[in-house]
Amino acid sequence: MPTATYAGHDVDVNDEGFFLDPSAWSEEMAPDIAKDAGVDELTDRHWDVIRFMRHEYDEHGAGPTVRVLGKASGVSVKELYQLFPKGPAKLAARIAGIPKPRGCI
Amino acid sequence: MAQRIVILGGGTGGTLVANRLRKSLAGEATEIVVVDRDDRHVYQPGLLFVPFGLATVDEIVRSRRAQLHSGIRFIEAEVDHIEVDGDRVILADGTVLEYDTLVVATGAVLQPGETEGLADLGHLRRVHTFYEPNGAAALGAALSAFEGGRLVVNMIDMPIKCPVAPLEFGFLADWYFQERGIRDRVELACVTPLDSAFTKPVASERIGGLLSEKGIELVTEFNTGEVDDAGGRLVSYDGREVAFDLAAVIPLHGGAPFITRSPGLGDAVGFVETDQATLQAKVKPNIFAIGDAAGVPTSKAGSVTHFEGEVLVENLLRHLDGQPLDASFDGHTNCFIETGFHKALLIDFNYDTEPLPGHFPGIAGLPLLKESRLNHLGKLMFQWFYWHVLLPGRDVPGLGSDMPQRGKERVSA
Repeated sequence: MPTATYAGHDVDVNDEGFFLDPSAWSEEMAPDIAKDAGVDELTDRHWDVIRFMRHEYDEHGAGPTVRVLGKASGVSVKELYQLFPKGPAKLAARIAGIPKPRGCI
Repeated sequence: MAQRIVILGGGTGGTLVANRLRKSLAGEATEIVVVDRDDRHVYQPGLLFVPFGLATVDEIVRSRRAQLHSGIRFIEAEVDHIEVDGDRVILADGTVLEYDTLVVATGAVLQPGETEGLADLGHLRRVHTFYEPNGAAALGAALSAFEGGRLVVNMIDMPIKCPVAPLEFGFLADWYFQERGIRDRVELACVTPLDSAFTKPVASERIGGLLSEKGIELVTEFNTGEVDDAGGRLVSYDGREVAFDLAAVIPLHGGAPFITRSPGLGDAVGFVETDQATLQAKVKPNIFAIGDAAGVPTSKAGSVTHFEGEVLVENLLRHLDGQPLDASFDGHTNCFIETGFHKALLIDFNYDTEPLPGHFPGIAGLPLLKESRLNHLGKLMFQWFYWHVLLPGRDVPGLGSDMPQRGKERVSA
């Protein structure tokens, strides 16, 4: 099982870099994870999304899909793709330390 | 005491639940009412075959009312909203329908308007959908006039009804153009937001292999932001483009609009927030949800609805008796995947077990995750089974709601 070091802490992650234990995450780790995932700087807009992801995970036990993010986070789908290129739901979930969204079955 | 159970939706879930309840509550004063906005029950698995001339719309549509056992009242009306606190359904014409127990079985609706360029779907030149009868027929006309070029099938985003249907469309298109002798003049592509052909690893690998064997291009992680009918291209949110001469699109899906108008009932896209094991709505104990309308983490598919029906009816009866709900749905899903040339694959899975190879429902059964003629016959026979066994709510020996573990081979992708 791979281990990653974020903000000086060793954490267990899966092959795709998602936290195995979301409770091991803290906000200070987010910038390091983001760099690993190819997002160099976290702006306030990024943080809006990351906090929304954590909130959704606490409420529902799973991260939202990009469509739900676009409807409920206050950030449009277009902007989500600018903030988190390629896959906003996946990337934001990884940076927020929550499991990869199931979204699709 | 006379009770009233109101079931919203007279499709697969609503019909089989109403019929099973009517049988279980035979002789009791309980009134069972089914509400739907029309009297057209579409056998939805048949829609896939319409564009290829293998079925007509008339063959797959029957009366909703006629599928309901006697002693069930059918009301043809649009629902405006539900007053969850007052246990009342408000119909569009203002009629109030009080209930003791409510079952939401209103399925999923297509939401083309949520995607740029799709608002006029149904009136576009070279973009159609086979997810509703008129679109399927229009796509059929477009295919028979198609003499060559690039045909693209695109699912905009999950969740959709029958997530394997876009792949089946690709397989059948390959067969169809070979039959017409012009396969060499047609490019086929499946465009998906997923990172592989299907959502589960072992099945993804096998299905991905079939796509490449059949010369069907697979474009992954493509999140369609715009469908450009005039320009013949799909444009993704991250600026990639896929060109087409003819496109079969599967629009975004959401729950029935009244769910969003009923505070507390649905999630952000209008599916009922539902306990994935008991099928009871989270908002109130006297509300249940089934089928595509239920926000549970499994496929939106008729087989799921069928397996859920048994569990839901048992729990609803326990609820009426004031007992704890102990029936539990395991997420069981079972799909035939038509692969063309009179063959099909079969997959069988649940919340915890991904589709695996082997045989269903036991070691002597139909082959799983493998093309066979038997599976194709199974798919064809299913339509008879649907109208005559599934909707009337008859039990089938050996085909219970729990997913069988027997006959499955433990492999990994």
